[in-house]
Amino acid sequence: MSDEEQEQDIIIADEEALRRAIAENDANVDRDVRRYSRRGFVTLGVGAVAAYGAWKFLKLAKREGDVPWPLRRGLETNERLSEGYFRTARLSRTFPRSAVTNARINGGEGLTANYDPEHWRLGIEGIAGQPPATLTLGDIQSFPRREMTTELRCIEGWSIIVHWAGARLADLMAKFPPPPGTQYVAMESPGRGYYVGLDMLSCMHPQTLLAYELNGAPLSWQHGAPLRLAMPVKYGYKQIKRIATIRYTNVRPPDFWADRGYDWYAGH
Amino acid sequence: MKILEKKHPLAIRWFHWINFPILAVMVWSGLLIYWANPVYRIGLGKHTLLKMTVAEKTYEKANLAFRLAEGLSWHFFFMWFFAINGILYVLYTIFSGEWRYLVPDRRSWKEAILVALHDLHLRKEAPPQRKYNAAQRISYTAIVVMGLGSLMTGLAIYKPVQFGWLTFLFGGYPMARFFHFWITVGYVVFFAVHIAQVIKTGWNNFRAMVIGYEVHEVGHE
Repeated sequence: MSDEEQEQDIIIADEEALRRAIAENDANVDRDVRRYSRRGFVTLGVGAVAAYGAWKFLKLAKREGDVPWPLRRGLETNERLSEGYFRTARLSRTFPRSAVTNARINGGEGLTANYDPEHWRLGIEGIAGQPPATLTLGDIQSFPRREMTTELRCIEGWSIIVHWAGARLADLMAKFPPPPGTQYVAMESPGRGYYVGLDMLSCMHPQTLLAYELNGAPLSWQHGAPLRLAMPVKYGYKQIKRIATIRYTNVRPPDFWADRGYDWYAGH
Repeated sequence: MKILEKKHPLAIRWFHWINFPILAVMVWSGLLIYWANPVYRIGLGKHTLLKMTVAEKTYEKANLAFRLAEGLSWHFFFMWFFAINGILYVLYTIFSGEWRYLVPDRRSWKEAILVALHDLHLRKEAPPQRKYNAAQRISYTAIVVMGLGSLMTGLAIYKPVQFGWLTFLFGGYPMARFFHFWITVGYVVFFAVHIAQVIKTGWNNFRAMVIGYEVHEVGHE
C-alpha cells in the first residue's frame, strides 16, 4: 500500500468515525427529546385534566345563595379584605349639578306591595335600650338636610349621576343609636318586597343618605317614594327604595340580590 | 448534527400554561358581565362601524345571557389567580434576567417592522434575533403591560370610592370600564395572532414551550 492510499484510508475511516459519532449524537438528542417530551406532555396533560376537574368541581359544587359555595367563599374573602381597607373618610367623587344625567329606572321589586302613602311610616328596630321608633317623613326632614351630586353605579355596568337630598343615616343613628358593637343594619320595603343587608361601617359613611329628593324633586313612585337609600359606597342594588323598616342586628341580614347569586357586600 | 438548545425555563413554561386557562376564565366571565350592558362600538361620532355586541338571541344561543351574577362570582374569584400568577411571572423575569430577552430595546421598533414584512412575505431576510425577535419582544412586553392595565382598571371599577384616585386617573368610572373592555379585546387579538404564528413556526417551537428545549441542526453539510 502506498502512502497515498494509506492516507486515503485514514480519511475514509475518519469520515466514517465522524458519521458514526454524528449518528450517535443525533440518536442521543432524539432520545433526550423523547424523554423530555414524555415528561413535558404528561405534565401538561395532567394539568389539563386537573384544570378541567377544578372547572367541573366549581360548576357543580353545592350552591349557597345561588352561587357555587367556593365562589361564595371567594366573595366573602373579598368582603373581609374590602371591609378592612374601607375608610369612611374616603368619599365618592362629587360632580357639579350640571353633570346630572337622566335618572334611569331599573327594578321595581318591593314597590308594589302594601304601600299606602298616607300611612307610610319608617320603623326603627333594635335601638339601644329603647322600644322601636316610628317616624314620619316630616321627622326625617327635620334632620339636617344634606345634598350631594354623586355617581350611582349599577352592577349591570352602567352608571348615572344623580343629585340627592336627604338626611344622613349617621345623623339618624346618632339619635336612635344601635347597641355598641352592632355589626349590621337590615332594611326592608313594605311587606318585605325588597330587603337589603348592610355593614355598619358603610351606614356610617357621610355620603349615606336617607334620601327624599332626586334631581331636585321629591322621589317619584318608581324611584322609591317617599324615602330611599342613596349610598354611593355600594352598588345600586343595595340602595333600597321605599324603606319601611330599619333594624339593627348582629345576625347577618339576608339580602334580596345576594339570595340570587350576587355579592352580599357589593361595596365600592 | 442535531443539538438540543434550552429555550424556555421551567418557571416561564408554568406561568404561561397556568395563565392560559385563567385568562380564558376571566374573558369568559367578563363576557357574562358585559352582556348586561354591552355598549361599546367602533366608530367615530355618529358613525358606527361595528357594535361590540350581538343580538340577544345570539347571546342566548352562546349561553352567555342572564348569567351576570355567575360571571361576577367567577371574575372576582379568578382575578386573584390572574394577579398572583402575573406578578410572580414579572418578578421571575426580573430576578432571573430573562427580561433581557423580553423587553424591547432601541433597535426593536425598526426591526419589528422588518419582522412583520418578512412574516407577510414582503421581505426575504428576517433580521437577526436572539431568543425572541423584535416583534415578539414588543408583543410579549405589551401583553404584560396590558395585564397590569387589566388589574388597575379592574380595581378602579371594582372599588371606585376606596381606590377613587385610581378611578380618577383613568378618567372616571365609565372610562375605566371602557379601558377594561378594550384591553380584553386586545387579548383576543393577541391570542389570534399568537396561535397563527405558533402554527406557522411549527412543532419544534411549540414543543419548546412544553418541554423547554428546541432541536437545531448545526455545522452539517
